[in-house]
Amino acid sequence: MIPEIGQFALVLALLLVMVQGTLPLIGASKGISAWMALSRRTAQGAFFFLSLALGCLIYSFIVNDFSVLNVANNSNTKLPVIYRIAASWGSHEGSIMMWVFMLGMWSCAVSIFSKHLPEEMVARVLGVMGCVSMGLLLFLLLTSNPFDRLFPVPLEGRDLNPLLQDPGMILHPPMLYMGYVGFSVAFAFAVAALLGGRLDATWARWSRPWTTLAWCFLTIGILIGSWWAYYELGWGGWWFWDPVENASLMPWLVGTALMHSLAVTEKRGTFKVWTVLLAICTFSLSLLGTFLVRSGILTSVHAFAVDPQRGMFILALLALVIGGSLALFAFRAPKVGTGGTFKIISRESALLANNVLLAVACGTVLLGTLYPLFLDALKLGKISVGPPYFEAVFVPLMAPLVFLMGVGAVARWKEATLPDLWARLRWAAAITLVAAVALPFILGRTSPTSVALLALGFAMAFWIITASLAGLFDRVKYVEGSFREKLARQPRSFWGMFAAHIGVAVFIIGVTVVKGFEIERDVRMTPGDTVAISNYTFRFESMGERTGPNFHASRGTFELSKNGKPVRKLYPEKRMYFAHGMPMTEAAIDSGIFGDRYVSLGEPINDGKDSWSVRVYHKPFVTWIWYGCILMTLGGLLAISDRRYRVSARRETAKPSLPPLEPAKLEKA
Amino acid sequence: MKKFLLACAISVMGCWGGMAVADEAMPTENDPVAQKRAVELALKLRCLVCQNQSIAESDAELAVDLRQQVREQIAAGRSDKEIITFMTDRYGDFVLYEPPMKPATLLLWIGPLLLLAAGVVAMVFLLRGRSQAATESAPLTEAEQARATALLEGRES
Repeated sequence: MIPEIGQFALVLALLLVMVQGTLPLIGASKGISAWMALSRRTAQGAFFFLSLALGCLIYSFIVNDFSVLNVANNSNTKLPVIYRIAASWGSHEGSIMMWVFMLGMWSCAVSIFSKHLPEEMVARVLGVMGCVSMGLLLFLLLTSNPFDRLFPVPLEGRDLNPLLQDPGMILHPPMLYMGYVGFSVAFAFAVAALLGGRLDATWARWSRPWTTLAWCFLTIGILIGSWWAYYELGWGGWWFWDPVENASLMPWLVGTALMHSLAVTEKRGTFKVWTVLLAICTFSLSLLGTFLVRSGILTSVHAFAVDPQRGMFILALLALVIGGSLALFAFRAPKVGTGGTFKIISRESALLANNVLLAVACGTVLLGTLYPLFLDALKLGKISVGPPYFEAVFVPLMAPLVFLMGVGAVARWKEATLPDLWARLRWAAAITLVAAVALPFILGRTSPTSVALLALGFAMAFWIITASLAGLFDRVKYVEGSFREKLARQPRSFWGMFAAHIGVAVFIIGVTVVKGFEIERDVRMTPGDTVAISNYTFRFESMGERTGPNFHASRGTFELSKNGKPVRKLYPEKRMYFAHGMPMTEAAIDSGIFGDRYVSLGEPINDGKDSWSVRVYHKPFVTWIWYGCILMTLGGLLAISDRRYRVSARRETAKPSLPPLEPAKLEKA
Repeated sequence: MKKFLLACAISVMGCWGGMAVADEAMPTENDPVAQKRAVELALKLRCLVCQNQSIAESDAELAVDLRQQVREQIAAGRSDKEIITFMTDRYGDFVLYEPPMKPATLLLWIGPLLLLAAGVVAMVFLLRGRSQAATESAPLTEAEQARATALLEGRES
């Protein structure tokens, strides 16, 4: 009964988004306000039914209703309840369900927080989102129904893939999807602006907070995924350049470019065409990511042929969304004016150059991800493109990006001069240079390659920090009051940028130090043995057994001591899940601000003495990688909370303002 | 800052400090240099039976065998290049995470450069157009001037 209600709710949601995706758009172009007014109600109604459907699916998982195929394939009577809930989005059907639900949530949010927008704009934005919802709901209902029944009903389910039975599964997919799907709002705003022919600073201000919010979710989603892989896969890597990861990195890169481009469009009225193009690309890449991950094409081109219906459907949807929006773009973009002008040396140029670098970086990731697929499809041989390739092509792009990040944060809008820039940045440059040259030697490295890599990493990190401080100094120089007041007067959007940029520096420090100084020991240990790395000692005390709800584990007890003093016990496990018979490694980590101590069990060695192959790591500063991402997210959130969004929202409803001035001409104001 | 650098220097430099403890665990590989090489090589080689993992990361039987193979060949004094050739002869280019440069992969390797070049060229054209427009930008009209003055004097925001 419950699954049928869910099924029915999905159909009702589809009917509602069909209205949402058509009538308001027609109404907006013909000026029929009753039709435009439909957009809000239908979006909210669709969200209600989508929530109901997701609720029904989660309920089916909680009660383990194995008459539902999706539940039978991904749950088990022994699966803990929390993972049954997570299993709701663990399968293909469930994750598309989640996608559609999130899209409904964002649409509903737009319908609520758009009181200050012109009716026509709201109708167009929600109309475009309705069209996207329609495509995905059709995909869900026609090819991946999460409520399909199974008869005869099995007594036991197949259990959730053990890799996914982890707290990461509860948070990672929802956050990631919030980000992916959130970019649909930026996309919808861009398409709506193209449709209405109103591409101006106001449009940029409306879509900015939405874009930043989506970006924050995506950042957190990627962060959780990275951390999860780090502790779950058992050998301490944090990024693998796996196609699935790349699928989430691409929208992140272009989304980052989009955020910055939107800032320029809002503040200076320029880059309009480029911003619209980025908004279209960001969401297209989110869709492409879904296609890559969900069609099975990544494991092999042939997996695609096993179930071509799904793949073809997403491919068609992708073609429709990308092709349609790009056609509209090509048709409308030439009519958009160029907006504010600027000189070659200016903040605009720095931001534009960084946009180009981010786009090129994204293009490179796309090339590396799709290339093996194309070669295979064209029967030109099978190749693997992995970390060595991506590191070789990605890092050289990041160095100029980081350099310009520092310059862009202090350069003046419209026109800057080199002597002026030099005056503002010379201290930053000097400190960066000293730090980059001295630190590798202070830290005891002498081989040329490792010194060069460390120097590059430290240079990038210190450059961002010092240039950001120089920017801060510039801003407070002319503000009156005590130092504290000076800082307090800065708007939150500035602090947002500051925090996010420092976050990038923290991230780079983490990557540099862990790459340069991590110590790995692959050892064979019998209870009583010790292994020392850095000033830490791991003592293998004993081997035990533990039975979990749906697995049986061999559990090692290790004592970690620092300079001879015991710190804590660590319990790495090797788990065997009943339903899958797949061994899973659970690493034990002693985590601290300045790094992690990491133990994971390899394989038992048959010598009758309980010996195991064990991997131990000292990973200095590895946590900074994630702290950096957290700072970036906080920066984004700070920027969204900036006062001017609330103030301008109130003012716009209050009174129609004077005709807008050409922003470039206000420079002196 | 100083304290912080010191902490990080200590944590990094003291690495091989307490080596000579009584029951020191047996490393699976005795020679640390060979061990490092083996790990670096293993990271470049794909475990053919896994989803997408290098043989360094995987615990699959094949990965364990190949790791052993790599170690043995290093012990036998083979160079990295010889070992990689040995692997690609047996398993094809698919085993290698760093695709070799050959006609079919040419676009893969020069693609990023082409993209960058295209981006830079497009940007240069755009900037030149813009900066010319900037020098020619028209003066304010009278109404705009009036509003700008109003803004400057704080009568409006």
